[in-house]
Amino acid sequence: MGGIDEIDILWLTAGLGCDGDSVAMTAATSPSIEDLVDGIIPGLPRVHLHNPLLAYRNGDAFLRRFHAAAEGRADHPFVLVVEGSIPNEAIHADGAWAGLGTDAQTGQPIPTCDWIDRLAPRAWAVLAAGTCAAYGGIHAMAGNPTGCMGMTDYLGRQFRSAGGLPIVNMPGCPIHPDSFMETLAYLLRQAAGNAPMIPLDDMGRPAWLFAQTVHETCDRGGYYEQGVFAADHGEPSCVVKLGCWGPVVLCNVPRRGWMGGVGGCPNVGGVCIGCAMPGFPDKFMSFLDEPPGAKMSTAAVATYATMVRSLRRFTRGSMDREPAWRAPGDELSTGYAPQTDAAAATVATDAPDAVDAPDPGGRR
Amino acid sequence: MSKSAGPGSSIVEMSWDPITRIVGSLGIHTKIDFGTRKVVECRATSSIFRGYSVFMRGKDPRDAHFITSRICGICGDNHATCAVYAQNMAFGVKPPHVGEWIINLAEAAEYMFDHNLFQDNLVGVDFCEQMVGETNPGVLELARRTPAPHAAAHGMATIADIMRALNPFSGSLYREALAMSRLCREMYSLMGGRHVHPSTLYPGGVGTVPSVQLFTEYVTRLMRYIDFLKRAVPLHDDLFDFMVQALPGYEEVGRRRVLLACWGAFQNPDACDFRYETMSAWGREMYVTPGIVIDGELVTTDLVEINLGMRILLGSSFYDDWTDAAPMVTADPLGNPIDPRHPWNQTTNPRPQKRDFGGKYTWVMSPRWFDAKSGQHLALDTGGGALARLWTTALAGLVHLGTVEATGKSVLIRLPRTAGSGEVELEWRVPRWSNTIERDRARTYFQAYAAAAALSFAEQGLAEVHAGRTRSWSEYKVPDEAISCGFHEAVRGALSHHAVIRGGKIANYHPYPPTCWNASPRDSLGTAGPYEDAVEGSPIFEESDEGSFKGIDIMRTVRSFDPCLPCGVHMVLGGGREVVAHHSLMFGVQPPAGKPR
Repeated sequence: MGGIDEIDILWLTAGLGCDGDSVAMTAATSPSIEDLVDGIIPGLPRVHLHNPLLAYRNGDAFLRRFHAAAEGRADHPFVLVVEGSIPNEAIHADGAWAGLGTDAQTGQPIPTCDWIDRLAPRAWAVLAAGTCAAYGGIHAMAGNPTGCMGMTDYLGRQFRSAGGLPIVNMPGCPIHPDSFMETLAYLLRQAAGNAPMIPLDDMGRPAWLFAQTVHETCDRGGYYEQGVFAADHGEPSCVVKLGCWGPVVLCNVPRRGWMGGVGGCPNVGGVCIGCAMPGFPDKFMSFLDEPPGAKMSTAAVATYATMVRSLRRFTRGSMDREPAWRAPGDELSTGYAPQTDAAAATVATDAPDAVDAPDPGGRR
Repeated sequence: MSKSAGPGSSIVEMSWDPITRIVGSLGIHTKIDFGTRKVVECRATSSIFRGYSVFMRGKDPRDAHFITSRICGICGDNHATCAVYAQNMAFGVKPPHVGEWIINLAEAAEYMFDHNLFQDNLVGVDFCEQMVGETNPGVLELARRTPAPHAAAHGMATIADIMRALNPFSGSLYREALAMSRLCREMYSLMGGRHVHPSTLYPGGVGTVPSVQLFTEYVTRLMRYIDFLKRAVPLHDDLFDFMVQALPGYEEVGRRRVLLACWGAFQNPDACDFRYETMSAWGREMYVTPGIVIDGELVTTDLVEINLGMRILLGSSFYDDWTDAAPMVTADPLGNPIDPRHPWNQTTNPRPQKRDFGGKYTWVMSPRWFDAKSGQHLALDTGGGALARLWTTALAGLVHLGTVEATGKSVLIRLPRTAGSGEVELEWRVPRWSNTIERDRARTYFQAYAAAAALSFAEQGLAEVHAGRTRSWSEYKVPDEAISCGFHEAVRGALSHHAVIRGGKIANYHPYPPTCWNASPRDSLGTAGPYEDAVEGSPIFEESDEGSFKGIDIMRTVRSFDPCLPCGVHMVLGGGREVVAHHSLMFGVQPPAGKPR
């Protein structure tokens, strides 16, 4: 495996989706899509992007590479990126829930599922972009008429691409721009033979990006520890009682910000609705109810939080004041003594205390 | 492109499926007469169904904005905002002022980002050196010899320099636009948490913490974007003016009767209480004025009248009708009767079937506006959003922000001094035509409009912080029973959400985004939708012969509407639309003078 020096990216947006993952891809800067297309990231193969949002060509001219790849005539190995939920076409007779292009023979739309059936086994790697393609997402909500699902549900857990990879899932609604591009760049580096097999967790996610919960990297987590919970939206404290699922959701958005280091979810006052999780959306609804687990855990931290808040308030009262010797006047009270041999031996014991109001809380 | 010549005819069938550089899945199937160089017939197809209106039934109405944001991947926040407006009405809650300023600033950033990305990275490619060289080598040659009139403002010496700057990935403007679109998305993320599915919007206000830092970080980025705009607006004027000069008659491309709809944007928190009963008044206080323009005349700015006129027609769509069912809503809160074909009363009854261009061929429905004066169901379009917004706002003359002034026939936009240049005043004047070029031109001016308006909103938001009024959210209770509506502008035009709540749950929810209007098929009365209307009969200026024909004039026309098919088919399943096969049918419901050719 590896050693590929030129590669196509064939990007299908024709699942049940919103194109939000393609749009989010254009937001990335680390690396940006220009960085990949220009070939300025070391260690990656030369990249040819075929994404409908950014394509120069239309219609059959655009689909030429897709047809060639589906028939095993591709010029280069390719990464198949799939965006949107995969519909169940077995539950109805005529037509298709989703299609791309027109079949030259029948004049009917070519079902998206046909594209996936033909392209996925030939792809060097398959990357499911967004929660819809990874796990089904919003369109697979209870009561949906299309029976849609994620790529792994559709192709099966045993699926391996031509490059020997399981489906790589990059969930998020939409994908986190930089986390997605980082994953795509990893796959390209691996294709070039410059990286080992991409480490994935048991739900097919890049392990290094989904190892921590939202809560573990949220800069409002400290409020949780001290038992300070927002009662209203717009308060700067922990929003778990307003519906945030951060304590159990695997996602790195609070640490990374949304883009350019700004934005995010609970870190900026938006409850985490679990949009990157396989259980999204149903298991997180109603989004604005306090998660059942949070009721118990916030009650459990109450006693500890009350005590530690009080101790810290006391300590902070001291630490938030300057030492007493920083004052004008005729006398030097810093404890300074000229550095004679005799004085050097005594300076430590003669010095004033480091703080003017010693407190036990500050010394633990 | 695929093509086949009809037997015994000089007319050639040509298809492009998919149309790229738009959002979503769209195919265009045409018949072109290469003798007269006109599009004779056009069918548009879209092919993805998701079913929001179906799976939202029975869900918690507080979740509506989180769910409906996912309708669209480029303007999802427009849906979230529109849903919040509808929730506010249903729950009887008015957000604090600073919450409204934050939402206005978020939406302004969305308009700036989306128009910018679409204009210079998607539409712009249709006008780039590579494309024009392939489709109209004579025009490119002329562009090389044509000095750019505003070269001093934007730094491009000739029109060909502008076209080169638009070449995909390599062009300087293409690359700068990508960077600028990211800057604007950071501005959105400051206010809305995330782009494009926001995290901090709620019924009752926002979770965003209003602070000096928040407004400082936003305005600092905004000034960098305004600096870019001062070059971008005159650059686009030069490009579009050149196209019309270089190709006499180009104003006929994509031209249709002036039938423009705008549902208003940017609430005025002093005026808006989100009550239906007062909607006529607070709608007129919006900082983009809602309205309908027919043949150049502003016929209404009243959101209640706009609401009452909405009709969802079938005719060519794969649905069973719903008028057998008892209507859910018979009167609005003011006592006005509500039509069975109004969104409040719609039921989505999908009936999948094979595509038949002679009968039912699409899952897109046909929203129309019933004009009581003429008794007609009008196929309004949004002009890609910006054109209708500027047109209604200019004619209404109601917006006076200082940085933005509506004059009754134009809109003045004042941009302050920035790093690269001094103060600039731009004026968008009501154009003579609703056509491809004017839809594209309006898109560049509305970026300036949104930026100038944002300067005013940021000042007023910061003033709230200075005054200590930093509460950004108001509490509410979900009622057992309610009907409500939200009116807003998605980037590409008029957007409405209609909700019926029963037993505290969603009983009916129907979003009508701009692409539903623009991409609608022939309705039960025989009226064609706007895409078809605009493409059919449109002249062909492309120099290439049939062999290498790219359909660039058709592509430009379709893209000028800023198609967003996930919005257009949010509740509908793929299929096709037949476009304007018979002029007589179309003119049967529109004045014959409506579309002179």
